[in-house]
Amino acid sequence: MAAPLTLLLIVAVTIRAVLFRSSLAELIPERVEVVSPLNAWKRVVEGLALLDLGVSPYAGDVFHETPLIIYFFHFVSDYAEIVFMMADALTAVALYLAVKDYNKTVFRKQKYALEAERYPLDCLELIRTPKEMYYIPLKVAMFYLLNPFTILSCVAKSTCGLNNAVIALFILCTVKGSSLMSAIFLALATYQSIYPLTLFAPALLYLLQRLYIPVNWQRSSFWLFTTQYTFMYLGSLCVMVCLSFFLLSSWDFLSSVYGFILSVPDLTPNIGLFWYFFAEMFEHFRLFFICVFQINVFFYTIPLSIKLKEHPIFLIFMQIAIISIFKSYPTVGDIALYMAFLPAWNHLYRFLRNIFLVSVVLLACSTLFPVLWHLWIYAGSANSNFYYAITLLFNVAQILLVSDYFYAYLRREHHLTHGLYLKRKDGSEATLVLK
Amino acid sequence: MQNLDSRPAPYVKDQTQEAAEEERQWEATEVKEADHVPDTMQTPDVPPPTPAKDQFQEELVIRPLHSGDIYASFQFRTMWDTDFLRGSKVSHYRLFPKSLGQVISKFSVRELHISFTQGYWRTMQWGQPFLPSPPGAELWVWFQDTVTDVDGAWKELTNVLSGIFCASLNFIDSTNTVQPSASFKPLGLGNVTDQRFLRYAVLPREIVCTENLTPWKKLLPCGSKVPVCLMFDALMKVASSQSFRLSYNTSEVCITPICAMCKSTVWELRQTLNVVFDLHTSGQGKREWSLFKMFSRTLTEACPLASSSKVYVDGELFELSPTTPLLSQAVVLGDRRTYSVYDLTNQATFGQTRSLNMLLRWRAAESGDMLRPLLHGERYVAGYGLQTGEIHTLMYNNHPYRAFPVLLLDTVPWYLRLYIHTLTVTSKGRDNKPSYIHYQPSKDRLRPHLLEMLVQLPPNSVTEVTMQFERALLKWTEYTPDPNHGFYVGSSVISALVPSVVAMDTNSTRECPLFSSFFPCKEESSYFMRVYTEPLLVNLPTPDFSMPYNVICLTCTVVAVGYGSLYNLLTRTFQVEEPSPGLAKRLANIIRRLRGVPLL
Repeated sequence: MAAPLTLLLIVAVTIRAVLFRSSLAELIPERVEVVSPLNAWKRVVEGLALLDLGVSPYAGDVFHETPLIIYFFHFVSDYAEIVFMMADALTAVALYLAVKDYNKTVFRKQKYALEAERYPLDCLELIRTPKEMYYIPLKVAMFYLLNPFTILSCVAKSTCGLNNAVIALFILCTVKGSSLMSAIFLALATYQSIYPLTLFAPALLYLLQRLYIPVNWQRSSFWLFTTQYTFMYLGSLCVMVCLSFFLLSSWDFLSSVYGFILSVPDLTPNIGLFWYFFAEMFEHFRLFFICVFQINVFFYTIPLSIKLKEHPIFLIFMQIAIISIFKSYPTVGDIALYMAFLPAWNHLYRFLRNIFLVSVVLLACSTLFPVLWHLWIYAGSANSNFYYAITLLFNVAQILLVSDYFYAYLRREHHLTHGLYLKRKDGSEATLVLK
Repeated sequence: MQNLDSRPAPYVKDQTQEAAEEERQWEATEVKEADHVPDTMQTPDVPPPTPAKDQFQEELVIRPLHSGDIYASFQFRTMWDTDFLRGSKVSHYRLFPKSLGQVISKFSVRELHISFTQGYWRTMQWGQPFLPSPPGAELWVWFQDTVTDVDGAWKELTNVLSGIFCASLNFIDSTNTVQPSASFKPLGLGNVTDQRFLRYAVLPREIVCTENLTPWKKLLPCGSKVPVCLMFDALMKVASSQSFRLSYNTSEVCITPICAMCKSTVWELRQTLNVVFDLHTSGQGKREWSLFKMFSRTLTEACPLASSSKVYVDGELFELSPTTPLLSQAVVLGDRRTYSVYDLTNQATFGQTRSLNMLLRWRAAESGDMLRPLLHGERYVAGYGLQTGEIHTLMYNNHPYRAFPVLLLDTVPWYLRLYIHTLTVTSKGRDNKPSYIHYQPSKDRLRPHLLEMLVQLPPNSVTEVTMQFERALLKWTEYTPDPNHGFYVGSSVISALVPSVVAMDTNSTRECPLFSSFFPCKEESSYFMRVYTEPLLVNLPTPDFSMPYNVICLTCTVVAVGYGSLYNLLTRTFQVEEPSPGLAKRLANIIRRLRGVPLL
């Protein structure tokens, strides 16, 4: 398996290297779909320039990266292209290893269940075989590396690629069962963009499951581990924040990074739902709706954790997807991360209801983004509503995609306990409905 | 940062001194005796022998411009030896306007400069103005170092001035106020250079009309009772009747503490009105011109309160009809000119008719060669589309062999997000690294970008400063009423010590002692000059203003779709669908249940 992966990495790096040398390398970083005020490379360079001028990068409202990023690029800004290509490769390898390990666990669990004869007899066609699972890790890596969204994001040198790498490493460490590394990477991801905070719950669930500790409020072992993991997480978060403070010896970065993410002052168009909504918002409702929209991102964590407590990796997928849809400054790089997981759920394919429609809409929207942007900004023959309409449609498609996968997952689980071919009381063939 | 700050200090000091010097030169300009008549005039700088604590001077300078237009500059100077700030409250006002006096004492103002300008001074056609000002309104104030809450005082002051001058100065807030570190130094007494007490703001969108002149005129002691002032009335009529087109007009008020014989501080109020009459386009371009033609009135007397009242005419290109025995040479902005002087305090000036109506006839069809302004600035926005753009500032050094440094001050509103790393300065195709850069990045909805830099301009060159910016999408309530008109960006300010033209004047026909011309260097070898570039008009992307409700509804719907579908899956469980019985059967069952009979 190492050979195909190596080949894939070589192909991916070649594509990126070619694009970096082409004329597109000038064009892509200007695209609002690819970069947001949070992760644009132009703004990183601006931050470094401000630092060189002796002005705090957070004195203005252009730079919103964390202090660790600016110090990281202070040393490697000349090798930025290599850094971003390596970050992508790292993400892909981490996802590859994580999914490989996860598949092993899934397969082992399935074997035990089969031996214990827990599955109904007609569910045999739902059982996953090693043959179909063999190429899944490679497909995941391929979905990440060859996804046009990832490639665009990498060529634009959007720091989103680095955040993705951190999250991928977090998933790898969690799957491997290393709670300390998992906590550190989760803290790093949270430090970078707040929202990965919601991945705390699935990570904890997975680690508990791995240690065979049941989620039971009465058990002391549960509380012990939870406290331990929370402590590691908060501790490393604290270390990072304090380190940032000592690097610049001011707390300005808190309002400039996290305040900026949460209060959404920059209304530059992007593929998300925030920009036009808050550009058109009535002033006295602004605070209310900002609270509603931000709570919306974090809101699903607890119910999803309860519903999916047996399936933490799927929960991670759901959380990443929800974050990338509902976050304040989404870019296509965020979408690429959760899309990489789609091959891992290809056994759900038979239960998906509208995958064709959704994929067609996503494709159409992706091509319409630049077209309508051009009509609005350059040609002047359209207005902002055109671009806004496409972002709406794009987000509806993403929501349908995610909820469809969620539906399919739940349905498969239901079939695994109740049998695939359900019968009514009178013996005729039944259909499943949500009630 | 420390050494960055310290580096320009000597230059800055120079500039301040020079500025003050320049000021004095103009004041101290000697009225040299013309060869035939002995001069009886007093030089304006010598205080009158009477112990009057305040005095008033008025002056009208008329200068033909090489484009054929006429430049008229009214200057009024009120000086008062009093102390607004310390001791008892000043309540007895004679010549000094009370409204401004109260402003000075209430807000502890050290120096105040305000200008309202309509039109743009075409430097390349007209040469240098006596006092440059940017289009729109400009206000800069130095506060006393006793002021603790400078921002609060500034806010109140702008509102008060807005009332005094009937202008929208109340639109000055933190988003267009900056504290330049080197470009604006106090012109009067006081060596305080702590920029914390300086506030500078430009309103490029401010529309200045003749109505703004009324409150301005009310500050004058003579009001509109006396001829020179009376000309305003005429001027206002002229401007409104459109019989002449005013290509440019600017009214300014400067209050500075200056030093009289350097014994005591004297408050100086200078009111200046500069007007350019466009004679060509008004169809009267006969190259003949008189006071009456222009102002529809003649001069009959001076303001009785004025200690000096003069009319200067730049007569090198004119034939003046009532000739005047007085001549004056003045070096203004490095250019030596000879002016004919009419002293209005002298009754002989008015002659038998008791009225003075100057008739000027152009001497030659061609007005000769104009001295090219040594320093000149231009600015424009490059790029297309509404996403990004580039500001280009061009600075011309027309001096044939001298390089000189200039300070460039740029104030850009926050909604054009400047990227300082894209700053390039090139002269003659080569990179020209600024020796000092002071950059203050903007804060959204809070403060503008401030860029100040010291650039050395090589001789006979164009220096181009470019910087990229990104256009922000604003909230729909933040757009001006006509959003597609665009947003104004105030002029950039170029301040420089320019080598004097007089110094490079190699014209040896001038009668001067031979020993004085061994080296082409005169006492006024360089002078302070400020140049304003054009303001910019930049378009921003706009949202659709007509549909806030629609957007709120649609976006909320999408969020609700997300919430709804997840909520659905989270709260419901899968169940086998039981076929629902038909309507008739259900009704029958309800009746049966009521009757207590087993259901169907």
